[in-house]
Amino acid sequence: MIQKRKIAAAAVAATFLAATAASAEVQLRFECAQDGNECDTMMTIFKQFEAKHPDIKVKMDLVPYKAILENLPVDLAAGTGPDLAKVTDLGGLHKYYLDLSPYVEKTYWEDNFGKTLDWYRAGPQDKGIYGLQTQLTITGAFVNKTLFDQANVALPGKDATWDDWAKASREVAKATGTRYPMAMDRSGHRFAGLAIPYGATYFDADGNPELNDPGFAAASKQFVAWNADGTMDRNVWAGQGGTSYADATKEFVNGELVFYYSGSWQIQKFADQIGDAFDWEVVPAPCGPAGPGHCSGMPGGSGVVGFKSTKHPKEVAELLNYLAQPDNYAMLEAKSLNIPANATVAKAGVKYEGATPGAAKALNAFSAQVPTISPVGYAYQGYKNNRAMFNITVTRLTQAIVGELSLTEALDRMSADLKQAVNAAQ
Amino acid sequence: MLSLITPLMQIIEWPMRALQRILGPRKLAWVFLLPNLFLFGFFTFLPVILNFFYATTGSDHILLEDRPYVGMRNFDELMNCTSYLDPNSCQIDLFWRAVHNTLWFIVLQVGFMVFFSMTTALILNRKIRARGFFRAVFFFPVLLSPVVVALVWKWILQDQGALNAVLDHFGLQTVNWMLSPTWAFAWSVFISVWFHMGFYTLILLAGLQSIPRDVYEAAAMDAASPWRVFRKITLPLLMPTMVVVLVLSLIKGVQTFDEVYAFTGGGPGSATTLVIQFIYQNGFAGAPRLFGLASAASILVAIVLIALTAVQLWITRRNANG
Repeated sequence: MIQKRKIAAAAVAATFLAATAASAEVQLRFECAQDGNECDTMMTIFKQFEAKHPDIKVKMDLVPYKAILENLPVDLAAGTGPDLAKVTDLGGLHKYYLDLSPYVEKTYWEDNFGKTLDWYRAGPQDKGIYGLQTQLTITGAFVNKTLFDQANVALPGKDATWDDWAKASREVAKATGTRYPMAMDRSGHRFAGLAIPYGATYFDADGNPELNDPGFAAASKQFVAWNADGTMDRNVWAGQGGTSYADATKEFVNGELVFYYSGSWQIQKFADQIGDAFDWEVVPAPCGPAGPGHCSGMPGGSGVVGFKSTKHPKEVAELLNYLAQPDNYAMLEAKSLNIPANATVAKAGVKYEGATPGAAKALNAFSAQVPTISPVGYAYQGYKNNRAMFNITVTRLTQAIVGELSLTEALDRMSADLKQAVNAAQ
Repeated sequence: MLSLITPLMQIIEWPMRALQRILGPRKLAWVFLLPNLFLFGFFTFLPVILNFFYATTGSDHILLEDRPYVGMRNFDELMNCTSYLDPNSCQIDLFWRAVHNTLWFIVLQVGFMVFFSMTTALILNRKIRARGFFRAVFFFPVLLSPVVVALVWKWILQDQGALNAVLDHFGLQTVNWMLSPTWAFAWSVFISVWFHMGFYTLILLAGLQSIPRDVYEAAAMDAASPWRVFRKITLPLLMPTMVVVLVLSLIKGVQTFDEVYAFTGGGPGSATTLVIQFIYQNGFAGAPRLFGLASAASILVAIVLIALTAVQLWITRRNANG
């Protein structure tokens, strides 16, 4: 009987000790939307972190991308958000971000992540460190090289303008019987890749956002005209309403499209789905009437941020700092086939794992465009209300394409919508 | 079953008796109502109250304490038009485009819905071969998810869809249905009618079967023509059911969102954007989220729905009272 009591007492003590140990362990909840294998790769690196920090555990919640866009802001506002998450609305969620600067070596972050740190900040006066850019994307054009070869049309060169590409694409489409000469994702972010070469500034001299400067208006006019004359695949923009996203991935993969303006995140998909069906290439950023200094795509991408609602700010910062270190960061980029935002890693070059020669070539072609990104592109990407500007562009420009509004009316409406959005956001 | 219920009743009998002694039989009714009142209050009544708060406050913050009071500004912005017939003259033109689309949608959808439901019910009420099978066939779309319905029709109607493949096969001119504002709207109405028709057909069928047979027998003895029988007997006796169908389909028409949104996304442009989609986009899908504007629009829609429901209740009561 006494023996049984001793065993019971030992069991209670063991349970108590285990419970105490468990309560000392910190669990960080990480919300991530899988884009390729990025979340899985991050978790592999986080496991290494856990091995070095046995008192910290990372639990990943894999969610759809839509949940990051629509549910996460509501959760954060209600104070029920995760400790950290992978986000794409970099400036829009600033008010919830944890400032990592008290916990990390600031110089390392400033030297290596440079301009991307601004995208997470409230404005030029803000010097905090809020997010780690894990995926640097850049918008750009893909062409179906096989169609150009079949049509005997030479690829326009390095300084070719949007006009040159439109002319060449139409020629190729006509010669080969291809359905669509050009297409662009239905996104205000992608449209900036056309507007910047046309001289769009997106901000006035005082730094206020605007959507009707002469460059933006000229690009809009050209885009509407290309949708009207069949140069652009009308299905992508005119086939939708509101702010819905649409792309022409399927058309490009099926060989029905000559020139596709999208972005670096498509590389893996194209490598997998096109295989050796035809040759495709990433071409230099098209130029425009604004001149050579404005041949620029739009930067973007996603990053991991900590939230100030976390009960474990130090641990969150430690985890992000670990991921930001060159070896770990290089591993993340190599496995997830992303363009690095870390200067040290970019300088050393990334040996992409499992990338086909075509994909590796495309990644390098996009990487080569990073230094030429226009300051307008960086400023637009870093503006906290840029998502409102993207949505307004898409909604109103589509109305002009389908003839609901004239281009002048559409531009006037864009200005009014932007004013309303900025007021609401203030 | 009874063996399970009896012990349960015995367990709760004494506390209920005690409660009845304390509260009395009248107040005891509230105890039974309390769970439902709590659920209704929390999930229906409270959101309605909150909606009014959101409609009278501004900014993109979700917490009420962070939202500044703006009075009727959101309503003013929505109603600020030079002419309500011209959305371009309105401050929030997209709202009025959505209102116009919704009105046209209701007129066409309800009209076609009642006509085709009535025709189908009349056919299915006759002694035709495989009547049971056809009744099931017409009701089947009602069981589908709106998104499934939308995606199936999108697959049929897209540029390189099934319908164009058939047209092309027969050497006919193909049409890009989703790119034409008129066609996209017409197909949205058609899909909505096709989707919901079975439900209203069922109601009308029940109405037709409740008409006494002897009235028809008397008409047959008088050698009344089928058209005269329909006009003088079927239609008047079916009218109460018809009115219910009309009002229910009107309410459903105003609430239409999911199938049209999944089918066209509101496009091309705003050609098929309905008022519920406007609310959704401003409150949940836009950036910044204009909760105030979305709430104000939803209150305006609620007023219309309450009016329609009142009409339905009035008609139902009038019918019940003979």
